[in-house]
Amino acid sequence: MTRPSDCTIASRRQFLIAAGAVSATFGFAAVGEASVVLGSYTGAPAFEPTIWYSIDRSGIVTVNIIRAEMGQHVGTAIARIVADELEADWEKVRIVHVDSDPKWGLMVTGGSWSLWQSYPLMSQAGAAGRTALIAAGAKLLGVDPKACTARKGAVISGKHSVSYGDIIAKGNLKTGFTEAELKALPIKPVTERRMIGRDVQAKDIPQKTNGSGIYGLDATAPGMVYARPKIPPTRNESKVTSVDDAAAKSVPGYQGYLVLDDPSNTVPGWVVVLADSFVAANRATRLLKVEWTSGPTAQVSDADLRARADELIADPKSGSTVLNDPGVDAAFAAAKSTLSATYTTDAALHFQMEPLNALAFERNGMFEIHTGNQWQSLILPTLAKALGRPEDKIVLKTYLLGGGFGRRLNGDYAVPAALASKALGKPVKLVFTREDDTAFDSFRSPSVQLVKMAFGDGGQVTAMEHAASAGWPTEVMAPFFMPKGTNDVPYDPFAISGANHWYSVGAHRVRAISNDLANRAFRPGWLRSVGPGWTNWAVESAMDEAAHQLGVSPLAFRLKLLDGVGRNNGAADGVSAVGGAKRQAAVLARAAKLAGFGSKLPADTGIGLATTFGQERDMPTWTACAARVQVDRKTGTVKVEKLTIVTDAGIIVHPDGALAQVEGASLWGLSMALHEGATFKDGQIQQTNLGTYTPLRMKDVPDLEIEFVKSDQPPVGLGEPATTVVAPAIGNAIFAAVGARVRHLPIRPQAVLEAMKG
Amino acid sequence: MAKFQLNGREVHTDGPDDTPLLWALRDDLNLKGTKFGCGIGQCGACTVHVNGQAVRSCLTPVSVADGGKVTTIEGLDPHGAHPLQTAWIEAQAPQCGYCQSGQIMQAAALLQATPHPTDAEIEAAMNGNLCRCMAYVRIKKAIKIAAKTSGGAKPVTKKSSGARA
Repeated sequence: MTRPSDCTIASRRQFLIAAGAVSATFGFAAVGEASVVLGSYTGAPAFEPTIWYSIDRSGIVTVNIIRAEMGQHVGTAIARIVADELEADWEKVRIVHVDSDPKWGLMVTGGSWSLWQSYPLMSQAGAAGRTALIAAGAKLLGVDPKACTARKGAVISGKHSVSYGDIIAKGNLKTGFTEAELKALPIKPVTERRMIGRDVQAKDIPQKTNGSGIYGLDATAPGMVYARPKIPPTRNESKVTSVDDAAAKSVPGYQGYLVLDDPSNTVPGWVVVLADSFVAANRATRLLKVEWTSGPTAQVSDADLRARADELIADPKSGSTVLNDPGVDAAFAAAKSTLSATYTTDAALHFQMEPLNALAFERNGMFEIHTGNQWQSLILPTLAKALGRPEDKIVLKTYLLGGGFGRRLNGDYAVPAALASKALGKPVKLVFTREDDTAFDSFRSPSVQLVKMAFGDGGQVTAMEHAASAGWPTEVMAPFFMPKGTNDVPYDPFAISGANHWYSVGAHRVRAISNDLANRAFRPGWLRSVGPGWTNWAVESAMDEAAHQLGVSPLAFRLKLLDGVGRNNGAADGVSAVGGAKRQAAVLARAAKLAGFGSKLPADTGIGLATTFGQERDMPTWTACAARVQVDRKTGTVKVEKLTIVTDAGIIVHPDGALAQVEGASLWGLSMALHEGATFKDGQIQQTNLGTYTPLRMKDVPDLEIEFVKSDQPPVGLGEPATTVVAPAIGNAIFAAVGARVRHLPIRPQAVLEAMKG
Repeated sequence: MAKFQLNGREVHTDGPDDTPLLWALRDDLNLKGTKFGCGIGQCGACTVHVNGQAVRSCLTPVSVADGGKVTTIEGLDPHGAHPLQTAWIEAQAPQCGYCQSGQIMQAAALLQATPHPTDAEIEAAMNGNLCRCMAYVRIKKAIKIAAKTSGGAKPVTKKSSGARA
């Protein structure tokens, strides 16, 4: 699997310290610069540094965070990495979530990447600052740097010390590091860590308890006009044929409407309704009558998407072969027995609490977009096309996100606000109602998967074949991100990851198939964990089915296949995959033990297991879940009594924040397994609000037991992985409880009843 | 037009009587701490107190508040140090935080009526407040901390003046 950002970070080798008059900034020089002129970068774009933190004369360390804050407390975790290496005084550390700027490089918050990507970079940045401060501090103290240590924002030699603030004020900092020096920078040993791995209160939390936190919805500008979108019948190919605002004119405060002309084709057929207040815009939108012509997808429903997926899966030539070992077909031909099962999932909605919104206006030659966003670098080129101005004349202003979960990776909602503001020549505050937001959510595509396994003598797995079809968010919104399969066909890595698992299954073929009808009928989105949310539903259900078919324990069956042999030893997957499948086996064994897997349970109660590597092979978050459920045989109702989750995510930088992520992610997994699921009918999502879309509430929360493996391996991601294990663990637990095999998400009581009949 | 006491101060709104209180608070009176989530009273993000009762302000016409007292998250405690707010920090309850004003206001009404709620009472009172980050474990924990430290909903910090709904 590939991703865009490593290359950007890896090439930012040249470290820069620029000593300014009032503060020092620490960062890496722009890509490709071989040398750095210190203190002279101002006004010379070639030397524009990527600045990660600064220290002022009072010793305040301000860490610039390019990641969106949407509940992960990501600024605290990143600042802890810097501050630990820097030997800063945590009480003097501030975090700033920055606006978009080319100097930051790629701006994206997703994929559970933030800590994994930031850790090496921020460790080096902190270590470089510490080294420079010790050198300058030693001079001021008149001692050898070797006689000095740094601690809590000061350089210390015996009884004497000088604070970082005073060192900055005197301006004696070493002004640059060569690449060789940078490589030689001492990163502190584990025993010297004072912040990483220790709990601290997250800096973003107090503002979230008193109403003072500012979210995109709270942004205002003088003279702004409120707007609500009038959502067309289809995502693509809708065209406005007529608008009648006679009734809307009766609403006090109604100003008019705009039929958007969008050169970027992001919002075809959208109309925005303008008013003095959101209330008036909302009411007028309801009364505005718009006629559209829409494309051929206006009649598309779930059954059509399913039929198309079945057709594609049945064609062995379709799709991209992500894995295609020699001998798959021969192994199936020679098999003693086989397994073949189809697994399906319904659409799932983001339903982030803060409905989509954006405030847009031009000021001093810049177009400002005030909104919460997860992938600034993706939407900026689209905004540039829509507005007909260069990217560097557009800025995305950063706010807290009232939930992201991947919805705000797609920044489409900024486009109608920008277009309306440009047309009107005034600030426009565009607010979606919940129904508007849901109607055009970039939801998780329905999926269809066919999994086959071949077994030889003694139940040995000799081959596995996995074909997965779904709408592909990356193909629709970021095709430049798509690597090619062994047959040279591009694929969406995020829509298939998980199928390339760490089990040794003999000859393995994975076919990723884009559902072209889905891609046209709606805008598939990246939803918390993306593909691993469905691929592991298939893999982990199939592993359970295979174990039962072979008459062996699902635990022993998995552990035997997680042997860490060959490509599953981790050697080919980078520094974060050290240990390979053996680490996955360890978390699985631990979760099974903690949950009492194999012990006697009350009637109609069962424990099911599932294990995944989280998101991607080169960033494996080894995750296992044991779900204990009780099934009501009369109604088919599934009560989840307890989820036991064990995670090996390498170094845990901010333990309490990590725990919160796994708590939330595991409950997301439960919610999507039993409580969510949406239907697509005639080109639209049918469940547009909480009357019909019903995420998990407090009373349905089971007992949670969550454990992290103690590790000194590099930190990987935690935002998504726990979502991927819960549904298959529940499905397998239902089988353990009452012998009913369910193969569709969400799991409804009716499906359990039917499966109990066999 | 409606006149009411908002967090202890006299205010009035000029919009139509059927303007939802939520938007009057946010856009006319510039108190942005109360959030818009679903617009149909089913997520709880817009919860405020009207005359001491927790209400969904997205469905409450501003006329309902006329002549009465409205308390929002900004007015729950003058220093943001209501026992629930300090408990929310102690439990590190918020993730994205967007629903938390409503969660805290709902919990404050619960503790007023039931100073020492059982788990079942907490679940019953809080089940209408959706937390999409699913921080439910910590929300429940924070309510229990607040109930224990305050003996109910009475502020215990010296800074607090005791003003509450």
